[in-house]
Amino acid sequence: MSTSTPTRQPVTATAVGTRKRRPLLLDLYSTAVGKKYAMAISGIAMMGFVMFHMLGNTKMYLGAAELDGYAEFLKKLLYPLAPKESVLWILRVSLLGMLALHLHAAWSLTVLNRHARPVRYQSARDYQEASLASRSMRLSGIVVVMFMVWHLLDLTFGVVNTIGTDGVYVRSEVYANVVRSFDRWPVALFYVVANLLLGLHLAHGAWSIFQSLGWNNPRFNAWRVAFARGFAAIVVIGNISFPIAVTVGIVSV
Amino acid sequence: MTHLVSNLTLKVWRQNGPADKGKFETHVIESITDEASFLEMLDVLNERLIGENKEAIVFDHDCREGICGTCSLMINGQAHGPQRGSTTCQLHMRSFKDDDTIVIEPWRANAFPIIKDLMVDRAAFDRIVESGGFITSPTGGAPDANLIPVPKPVADAAMDAAACIGCGACVAACPNSAANLFVGAKLTHLNLLPQGQAERYKRAEAMVDTMDEHFGSCTNHGECSAACPKEISLDVIALMNKDYRSAKFKNRKQLSRK
Amino acid sequence: MTMLQDRPTNTKLISKVPDGALVDKWDNFKANAKLVNPSNKRKFKVIVVGTGLAGASAAASLAELGYRVDAFTFHDSPRRAHSIAAQGGINAAKNYQGDGDSVSRLFTDTIKGGDFRSREGNVYRLAQVSVNIIDQMVAQGVPFARDYGGLLDNRSFGGAQVSRTFYARGQTGQQLLLGAYQQLSRQIGLGGVRLFNRCELVDIVVIDGRAAGIVTRDLLTGELASHAAHAVVLATGGYGNAYYLSTNAMNCNVTAAWRAHQRGAYFANPCYTQIHPTCIPQADATQSKLTLMSESLRNDGRVWVPKNFDENRAAHEIPEQDRDYFLERLYPAYGNLAPRDISSRAAKRLVDKGLGVGPLKNGVYLDFAEAIGRLGRPVVEERYGNLFEMYERIAGENPYDQPMRIYPATHYTMGGLWVDYELQTTIPGLYAAGEANFSDHGTNRLGASALMQGLADGYFVLPYTISNGLAPLLNKTVPGTDHPEFKRVETEAKVRFQGYLNVRGTRSPDYFHRELGKLIWDYCGMERDRNGLERALTEIPALYSEFKKDLRVTGTGEGINQTLEKAGRVDDFFQLGTLMCKDALTREESAGGHFRVEYQTEEGEAVRDDENFCHVAAWEWTGDENNATRHEEQLSFETVQLATRSYK
Repeated sequence: MSTSTPTRQPVTATAVGTRKRRPLLLDLYSTAVGKKYAMAISGIAMMGFVMFHMLGNTKMYLGAAELDGYAEFLKKLLYPLAPKESVLWILRVSLLGMLALHLHAAWSLTVLNRHARPVRYQSARDYQEASLASRSMRLSGIVVVMFMVWHLLDLTFGVVNTIGTDGVYVRSEVYANVVRSFDRWPVALFYVVANLLLGLHLAHGAWSIFQSLGWNNPRFNAWRVAFARGFAAIVVIGNISFPIAVTVGIVSV
Repeated sequence: MTHLVSNLTLKVWRQNGPADKGKFETHVIESITDEASFLEMLDVLNERLIGENKEAIVFDHDCREGICGTCSLMINGQAHGPQRGSTTCQLHMRSFKDDDTIVIEPWRANAFPIIKDLMVDRAAFDRIVESGGFITSPTGGAPDANLIPVPKPVADAAMDAAACIGCGACVAACPNSAANLFVGAKLTHLNLLPQGQAERYKRAEAMVDTMDEHFGSCTNHGECSAACPKEISLDVIALMNKDYRSAKFKNRKQLSRK
Repeated sequence: MTMLQDRPTNTKLISKVPDGALVDKWDNFKANAKLVNPSNKRKFKVIVVGTGLAGASAAASLAELGYRVDAFTFHDSPRRAHSIAAQGGINAAKNYQGDGDSVSRLFTDTIKGGDFRSREGNVYRLAQVSVNIIDQMVAQGVPFARDYGGLLDNRSFGGAQVSRTFYARGQTGQQLLLGAYQQLSRQIGLGGVRLFNRCELVDIVVIDGRAAGIVTRDLLTGELASHAAHAVVLATGGYGNAYYLSTNAMNCNVTAAWRAHQRGAYFANPCYTQIHPTCIPQADATQSKLTLMSESLRNDGRVWVPKNFDENRAAHEIPEQDRDYFLERLYPAYGNLAPRDISSRAAKRLVDKGLGVGPLKNGVYLDFAEAIGRLGRPVVEERYGNLFEMYERIAGENPYDQPMRIYPATHYTMGGLWVDYELQTTIPGLYAAGEANFSDHGTNRLGASALMQGLADGYFVLPYTISNGLAPLLNKTVPGTDHPEFKRVETEAKVRFQGYLNVRGTRSPDYFHRELGKLIWDYCGMERDRNGLERALTEIPALYSEFKKDLRVTGTGEGINQTLEKAGRVDDFFQLGTLMCKDALTREESAGGHFRVEYQTEEGEAVRDDENFCHVAAWEWTGDENNATRHEEQLSFETVQLATRSYK
């Protein structure tokens, strides 16, 4: 009759086991709360990157020489104290590390969360607070990563930079590469869409950071959402202005 | 004054035991007074089922005044139904209109296995409290209650968090089945008070670790707080995160050095 | 009267109140109580049934001492017990306000509030340990209200002239229960307590005159199981749900106490029930329970009914001259703050006359218009905002715009298992704590004293008295669950539950509960009289035999079956209801919550009969619920003077 009768035992001594201790950071990372710390810290690093990347790129409005010169400047960061490109490479590797950490934490939290509700609700949910941004973090994140790969192949490695054009990719001619790439409307469109999703990702992520890191204080709590949205808006507006500027001809060779 | 709500279509989840697949069963309530509470509406339905020689729908309930935390139910996709800041037992039929369809599901989470129909097992919450959700104070040895003053704002904030009724709506509403609001509330309650300082970080570590064995992770949607009958703030989660970090990094032999 | 003249003296009803002056009794007891050495404590097993304030605190304290404790709750979690719903506060003679409070003042107030029908020794001890309770609960992290200096705040409550009530917003019961639950949880985590949740006591096993253990039914599997122990504590709450509609939680029941009664424990003063004046009136026939609104509302609300029988104007349209502010009229000194029993009866009389308000004409107004005018809405909002919100949620009316409607409802039961000073029932080894026993409140409990008694019993009384009871058993063998008596009782329970399933009649347990509740409410509610009670004593048995013939329980005995659980509880309520009426009939006086219409002054006040009824009525089970035997424990008052309660 009854489909299954649970075996029942009295509850006792539930808190006498000891948890295996790992080295400090691994120990922290082993729990979901710790992984959120990893998400938040790597998120901050990448937020710093996208902001400076956007600011640097506005040099294109000052002309080819400025932008190309900025690229050269990056290579010479801290030169001659440090060898050429060394600092840039340290930054690149660190950022990749942060990205890897962000992705790993996101992946393992997703697995955890799927496991936490193996049988989904059989009727439609009526969400009250969850926003489009918060609910699309995985999707927006994946699209942004895919975009990043394209973006690197396009403007850093030049592999896809000349598809559909008759130009030649020259690494140091950043300005020309950008204009050539965005002259292709599907590329410009992809760029705009990806950046809008990045903005969505940041609008939730930049707020989440405060929660995940436990930065909570009535004195600034009201500003947390405003900061996240403002930050996202600045990055997105800056970034999508570039393909639009190329498309409408403000920036051209 | 009293009105009748008529022709309600109920789609109620029936599941005969944990291993059963379960399905929605449809019942029509021809009419019911809008003064009836949601659970009284289910009582009426159950009496009808018994009249028809059928098994009554199993659901958890007890105090019916919104404080014991026994009642649950996902009603039309919302934990505890459409009324903010209240439990299912405090939801009345005046929240519904004639000809409405009402879908009733149990809480769903790996940590809350379904026992039967709409009843789930929320014992995982108890395991978390057992691991550290207390202040060790054996009977008899307590100093005078007024020995340690507690600033009123601190006492109030602790009370805000302590209002949690342990119903599990936060887990049910969370897209990830996370229990951070529940654990955060208990930690905030005890960790804010002077009496709770001695075990503050041990408590944070133990409770978060235990939570991890059962529940998903917080992705800051805010659904938990929106579903919470006591409207507990997301701030408690931030405090939990902070204390958990401190628990890992602080030199606990010198805790007084902030 | 004949029965009362030859008062049976019963050797079982020895209160064991220690010798000495009232103030020294508890100390004397502790000084002479037998102890169990720490390393021997683990040789003893104690069963605690119920995990409310009394049960959780007892289980945690006993486990802390080193006893092996098995705790049982029929809830999913110990935290759900109905202690959680208490709103107002907890009394303690701390005198933090310096307003003249003291242990003896709390003692006197409690004795007087209970209309001189409680035991002096017990009540004094309660007042003494009240101060320890506050210390203990604060140490456990209960977030009591504080003033701006960070010290504990107090409010005043009915029946007292000092401010001695500690509170945590309107959720004092919740916060105290969570405190006790957390201590219990700690012990569960450490292995000191084994918790059996969703597990209901269905019988008590008595072997050679001593409680040997209990038989439980696992609510999830329907399995019956035996548990043996050296001592059994019943902390299973009150029986207010006998009335069907009450402020008790839906699952509150008398089963544990009743089973104990049937196995030989005397049941004391079953007719002492408390009706709380400020509850939200029943709205319709489907209603399953009533909700209490804090008594504090009467500080600023004015209670009235219309003067005209055919009044059909909305409340605010009724002019002053057509309103009857009856509490102010009848009790000018206390006005709207008259004690619970007195206010309740006044409201009932007017509603019975046909002056009630609301769609069902079953309530009286509690009006804040004057307070809002006098204090301004923000002040009223700050004082009562959460209560107004709660009212609006339930009644669907906004109390800022129109008066609340209130009506009395059953709230607490002062009667319960008879216990001696050690909280031991007439079955050795079986203890009762909290609302389940009859001990401290006489005929009427003061506001904010239920929480105090539950915690006093669990934290500060039982740990001492149980040691005293267990010490002589050291290294003696007690019967285990292999004893044939356990099997026999288990079989009896099995037959009983199968019996409910086998009736296959037409009516649900809820139907019978509702009908029974109506009878008890009508005849043994706020006012009782001989005719009504005699009628009840024929109608209840008639309904009971219908129950036995026409009950329908669907489903099976295996797996969870809430209908079956309910049937067992209603069965016990039937037998209890009979005893309540019998007790009310034989107590030919009016006192506190027990108001016999025949015994009142011209103004309608209670008239006690100290000559003939200054005793506890303790009923012995005889095998037939209609023929229980009445025993008496005489109450002697050495410290307080018997006086007439007056609140005029």
